[in-house]
Amino acid sequence: MRHIISLLMENEAGALSRVSGLFSARGYNIESLSVAPTEDPSLSRMTIVTSGSEDVIEQIIKQLNKLIEVIKVIDLNDGEHIEREMMLVKVKAGEAEREEAKRMADIFRGRIIDVSDQSYTIELTGTVAKLDAFLAAIDRGWILETVRTGASGIGRGARMLRI
Amino acid sequence: MELTGAEIVLRCLQEEGVEHVFGYPGGAVLFIYDEFFKQDKVKHILTRHEQGAVHAADGYSRSTRKVGVALVTSGPGATNAVTGIATAYMDSIPMVIISGQVPTPAIGLDAFQEVDTVGITRPCVKHNFLVKDVKDIASTMKKAFYLASSGRPGPVLVDIPKDITQHRAEFVYPDSVSLRSYNPVTKGHPGQIRRALQLILDAKRPMVYTGGGVTLSNASGELAEFVRMMNFPCTNTLMGLGGYPATDRQFLGMLGMHGTYEANMAMQECDVLVAIGARFDDRVIGNPEHFFNPARKIIHIDIDPSSISKRVRVDVPIVGNVQDVLQEMLKALSSSRERVDAAALESWWKQIEEWRSRDCLKYDRQSALIKPQMVVEKLYEVTGGDAFVTSDVGQHQMWAAQFYKFDKPRRWINSGGLGTMGFGLPAAMGVQVANPGAKVACITGEGSIQMCIQELSTCKQYHLPVKIIALNNRYLGMVRQWQEFFHGNRYSESYMDALPDFVKLAEAYGHVGMRIEKPEDVEGALKEAFALEDRLVFMDFVTDQAENVFPMVPGGKGLSEMILV
Repeated sequence: MRHIISLLMENEAGALSRVSGLFSARGYNIESLSVAPTEDPSLSRMTIVTSGSEDVIEQIIKQLNKLIEVIKVIDLNDGEHIEREMMLVKVKAGEAEREEAKRMADIFRGRIIDVSDQSYTIELTGTVAKLDAFLAAIDRGWILETVRTGASGIGRGARMLRI
Repeated sequence: MELTGAEIVLRCLQEEGVEHVFGYPGGAVLFIYDEFFKQDKVKHILTRHEQGAVHAADGYSRSTRKVGVALVTSGPGATNAVTGIATAYMDSIPMVIISGQVPTPAIGLDAFQEVDTVGITRPCVKHNFLVKDVKDIASTMKKAFYLASSGRPGPVLVDIPKDITQHRAEFVYPDSVSLRSYNPVTKGHPGQIRRALQLILDAKRPMVYTGGGVTLSNASGELAEFVRMMNFPCTNTLMGLGGYPATDRQFLGMLGMHGTYEANMAMQECDVLVAIGARFDDRVIGNPEHFFNPARKIIHIDIDPSSISKRVRVDVPIVGNVQDVLQEMLKALSSSRERVDAAALESWWKQIEEWRSRDCLKYDRQSALIKPQMVVEKLYEVTGGDAFVTSDVGQHQMWAAQFYKFDKPRRWINSGGLGTMGFGLPAAMGVQVANPGAKVACITGEGSIQMCIQELSTCKQYHLPVKIIALNNRYLGMVRQWQEFFHGNRYSESYMDALPDFVKLAEAYGHVGMRIEKPEDVEGALKEAFALEDRLVFMDFVTDQAENVFPMVPGGKGLSEMILV
């Protein structure tokens, strides 16, 4: 099953490689991983989307907690949460595609943030599933380039990950 | 007053009370070695290879519970140390390894003797550091010693670029260290302890299974008290030997792939299993599915949450320091009015004695060839059961574990997790440095001993009178045994032709060599060797080539599916 794991760790050189090294050494899946400093620059927050049986997810969380620089780990799937990913897609926008591409961007509440005579760059935000749906909905041959941030997640309401 | 980084390194070692460092010099650590030269508080032991240095520091730590310290140079110095670091990591041994690094401005430029030491060692250390500022040396060293020795212990590496050892800073050694991201638990959860005690008191066929965690947390006294108070049977893992006295009636011997019949059967048939400082690894329980048929209730005490429910689901996990948890349990048990079902326990013991009467460790005592088991038994007698015994890896290791009855912890020193051939001799050096005057035996094979044979030279330099007991069967015995059982007797590359004359080799290094070929000469040779208190003696025992280690649980099989003699 797919899980979103959020963690806080010391914002130190090499910390990311400890996490990614752990996943590869123990054969855990990483669907996506995103990381950036928090409002406290000494901390990094990381979101890892992974999949595995309950036993494997339990081990992943234990192993992450065992890393010396990791301060706190939660499985967002343990409660209500929100998940978002951002994607930039460059699509063909010549005369033949121009209108339809604009319409698809509107339907998915995307924003066109760069325009040339042959292409649009569309910014889309949503769940991983929504971004996947956009890519499936538009003619495959129109897609020139995609770049995705990987999912970030946060607990709903009073559910928080902080130290 | 400002000190150089190199001076600070030495001051840190002094502050930590380090008496011995095992190492090997080189370009990147020259300033540190210069400081060794200028002081005499911390003694340096020069090994002949960095692997030897790390294993020696490891043996030093295992026999004393102090943090072992090794010092190596950059590049090949660090890569040579990796086997030793991984060995210590797998067995949770507290160590600090200091490695030199190329100067900061040269990092990343493929400089001479440059390697990404922090990257290479990351998967086999508890933690590691690259020091980028001379001002950080003291606090980093403090953290390194704290991390290595607290919680589940392990090796910590500190990589120090050469220019940092030359820069100057004020030296202030922190009194204490606190890390917001690292707070190892000690006390077990009281509710979990209560649940465990209920299971223990309700047990009809209890079994206590303990590992290296008992030794690491110095809990063998508490363990013995618990086992005796309850009149439960007890088994130790390879790493746990000595945690419970081997000569005690309640001890069933080692369990696992080459464990005793009674220990493995009791593991399989018990209804409540108390696992203490052990991790249910593949060599211990064999096939986990088979292990769960029949099911039993399992209590698992371990300081590392990730050891719990890793291979085997348990019913009552208790995360905590083994010693603290056992103390809590003993307190509760001695004040409890409940008692175990004595009749059930009696019939359980009857069953165990029946298993024990099978005498699964029997071997041909009339053989005209030297049986390796007999050498270990004689070693036990000659040393009065009170030697420190190190070993390498293979058949000899299993015979040592089966036939030397360890009554005390920290006497049996072997590479259990990683299974590192070449560990025995350098580890024995570390033990001897830490315990001058003690009897130290290294049980090895003609294969393993050649993996770190160069350390004979270190033993000469520092007058380390280690007794080497080589069980020489002219085969990589454990490989040969597997080939005999599972690969149709095709002894692919397991025969060693052109062995050296070990007697002459020992003599060439300035030691005493003996070659023993007849069973009747074994005891005399051992006595003669141990009488030479100040000499290293290399005993080359020419043993039966065809001897195998029994019992044996073949890979993928269950504990009760042993091959017996």
